[in-house]
Amino acid sequence: MKSVMKKIYIALIILFLYAPIGTLIVLSFNESRTRAKWGGFTFQWYVSLFQNEEILRALLNTLLIAFLSSLAATVVGTVACIAMMSMKRRTKSILMGITNIPMLNADIVTGISLMLLYISLGIRFGIGTILLSHITFNIPYVILSVMPRVKQLNLSTYEAALDLGASHLNAFFKVVLPDLMPGILSGFLMAFTMSLDDFIITHFTKGVGVDTLSTKIYTEIKKGIKPEMYALSALIFITVLTLLILINLSPADKNKGSV
Amino acid sequence: MGKHRMYNAKYTVITLALLSASVLCGCGSTDKGVNGQVIVYNWGEYIDPEAIRMFEEESGIKVIYDEFETNESMYPKVESGAVAYDIACPSDYMISRMIQNGMLSEIDYSKIPNAKKNIGAQYFDQSRGFDPDNKYAIPYCWGTVGILYNKTMVDEPITRWEQLWDEKYADNILMQDSVRDAFMVAEKLNGYSMNTLDLNELTVAKNSLIKQKPLIQAYVVDQVRDKMIGGEAAVGVIYSGEAIYTQRENSDLVYVIPEEGTNVWIDSWVILKNAPNKENAEKFIDFMCREDIALMNFEYITYSTPNDAARALIEDDDIRNSEIAFPDLSLYDNLETYVYLGEEGDSLYNELWKEVKAY
Amino acid sequence: MTSKSKWLSTPYLLWSAIFIIVPLGMVFYYGLTDKTGAFTLNNIIAITSAGHAKALRLSLLLSFASTIICFVLAYPLAMILANLKVKRHNFIILIFILPMWMNFLLRTLAWQTLLEKTGVINHVLSFFHLPALKIINTPAAIILGMVYNFLPFMILPLYNALAKIDTNVINAAHDLGANNFYTFIRIILPLSVPGIISGITMVFIPALTTFVISSLLGGGKLLLIGDVIEQEFTRTSDWNLGSGLSMVLMIFILINMILSSVFDKEGEGSML
Repeated sequence: MKSVMKKIYIALIILFLYAPIGTLIVLSFNESRTRAKWGGFTFQWYVSLFQNEEILRALLNTLLIAFLSSLAATVVGTVACIAMMSMKRRTKSILMGITNIPMLNADIVTGISLMLLYISLGIRFGIGTILLSHITFNIPYVILSVMPRVKQLNLSTYEAALDLGASHLNAFFKVVLPDLMPGILSGFLMAFTMSLDDFIITHFTKGVGVDTLSTKIYTEIKKGIKPEMYALSALIFITVLTLLILINLSPADKNKGSV
Repeated sequence: MGKHRMYNAKYTVITLALLSASVLCGCGSTDKGVNGQVIVYNWGEYIDPEAIRMFEEESGIKVIYDEFETNESMYPKVESGAVAYDIACPSDYMISRMIQNGMLSEIDYSKIPNAKKNIGAQYFDQSRGFDPDNKYAIPYCWGTVGILYNKTMVDEPITRWEQLWDEKYADNILMQDSVRDAFMVAEKLNGYSMNTLDLNELTVAKNSLIKQKPLIQAYVVDQVRDKMIGGEAAVGVIYSGEAIYTQRENSDLVYVIPEEGTNVWIDSWVILKNAPNKENAEKFIDFMCREDIALMNFEYITYSTPNDAARALIEDDDIRNSEIAFPDLSLYDNLETYVYLGEEGDSLYNELWKEVKAY
Repeated sequence: MTSKSKWLSTPYLLWSAIFIIVPLGMVFYYGLTDKTGAFTLNNIIAITSAGHAKALRLSLLLSFASTIICFVLAYPLAMILANLKVKRHNFIILIFILPMWMNFLLRTLAWQTLLEKTGVINHVLSFFHLPALKIINTPAAIILGMVYNFLPFMILPLYNALAKIDTNVINAAHDLGANNFYTFIRIILPLSVPGIISGITMVFIPALTTFVISSLLGGGKLLLIGDVIEQEFTRTSDWNLGSGLSMVLMIFILINMILSSVFDKEGEGSML
């Protein structure tokens, strides 16, 4: 009985999170160009999506920026968390406070101030400037995900590894890192997600002609979201979901997983 | 357990790395055309992409195209010089601000022959409100702000702003969520200029808006279109450019220019002072003023074109003679164009609008 | 470890100096000057004006409410997930992150489609002859939007913290005669404090500064402080006022900083 309740609870939350996604997928088959009216079933947006070079290029830019920026943020953020472990509590709180600033600041403030920074440093606007900005606002998400793990870290195993003759680096990779991994992974995913979604900071720090999906979607507001965008969202969703299921159901994984 | 997690993490990372690698190969360098390039900054979805392709082919000039979503987000970007744009397409009041701040370069009409040839003189006249000598701006799109109503949801035809204060339509009214447009409605309701800086008049207008607030279903910007099509509200304040499209989707919708008068807005091409490719910019604007290209753009974006030669080419009589898309401006004596109110005027309006919104 | 750690923090210190502190300095500069560049406190005092104060109060109220709702929804979920016997933890995490891979604006617009008077949910309700749901354009819709958008930020840190708790500790408590409730209060809850703090920070702060949600789901009738700041920058180009108000919001970082350092002590203390 209890486990049934648990399952129902999980299912309800998942329904809540996925209801709008379902709506988007339904809209991608809507023949009418407006979300307010059902004009009949069509596949045409999926066809025109693949003829739309701009959207495809924006998609590639988005993925590239999200991947590289979250990777960099994960490395810097994780290292910072470990470093903070041995700091005095006050120093640590101050640093954590600084870390929260990019999250708290209105995006537009971060965006404009970064733009001014790049101009004063004479950096050429392009994918590079977007990357730097995304790394900046991604780091806090990594730190906030990894920090709880670091705090719960049991240092005695690390010390035991050292006593047993492991080098610092070795002990770190063999003992500490696996413990932190879930936090690091969720930090990476969080960063990746935030980067995918960002519009305002990208808008102010992008070079000319470089577009991501969000900047394209936001500029489409004035004339209405193109149904191709719904189609693309649906495709991304289905692809990632399939990928996830495949990875998690592969037999190799099960063997490994039992270790 | 730990290993298991590592393994999955690695897997995810590798998949994403492959994805990204394909991206790196995908994005080519922005190679210049044989005749150089031109950098254009326009509203999102405000041009037929085919028109750009044709221009590149005919002129050998590579177009680098960038989009913005509000005049206000365009301005700091151009001002900062982060990117040296050649051409932008702001609205009237923003153009006057850019003129005042010396950001625009004078148009050499001899290099853009199609402008005076094809674009109706009345639109240049209308532009004088923000560009007194027609020195800087060439009209690209224009329209009015009016009321869109659903004839199945109202008892009588809507003809006046006044009716947006009618309690019959409580929770069925959509207002524009922007300072100038909202105040324009209230100012016209009370018979004032939409560019007034008179504190008494503005207070009256503000009080009208506060009085109206309980009747409003929502203050929206671009969702008026979809909400009206879906029958979510009975009346809404909307740009005329959306009228043709919304009527096509829902034939119960009617667009009117209210009797009290309204705003005529014009988005125009301007060449920026520090344009690195001025000659190419002139060629681009001239190309966009060509009648066949202007027609293509009109059909793509459905916002009214000031290009009379292009209008003559529209095949559908209903659209060519549409009172909505092409109202005869000379028939109205209470239409106005926004002008830049200066920093103090702007902040006064904003202060009052915030009082309305927070009320 | 200590000497090494100092060196380890260098990249992040450098990074935050250049990309956080310097831009922050610019915000302070704009916030403390007027358009002519002269020093003024007006942009900060502006928070006391009726409209701004009301917007701030409303933002605090709504973000507080959505943080609590997120916590109440997420904690049991995180506990269930952390105790799952399956070996697919990453898969489970991803299930809760995946919705956020769809564009924020598209998702929020989708909620509009769902909640509207003539929307999907009301169609379904009227089909079953149930009364219509009338929450679109109300504060409830804004809270729903906030909870929807920020719930994953609460689930993940909680899950991370709870999954890390050694089941032996819990078994030991049971062996020593503690009932479920007592075990939860004395063992599980204290051990998950770091996750709770992360979760609250990651929900409350973004909710406090959010702006699109209120205009899309709240009908633009309620002004939140995030909307005010956003408009100062994007619509009215008053960077000085926008920056001044942002500085006021930073007070909440300070509060957060202090609170987390207070609770941290307990959190770490209970580890011993």
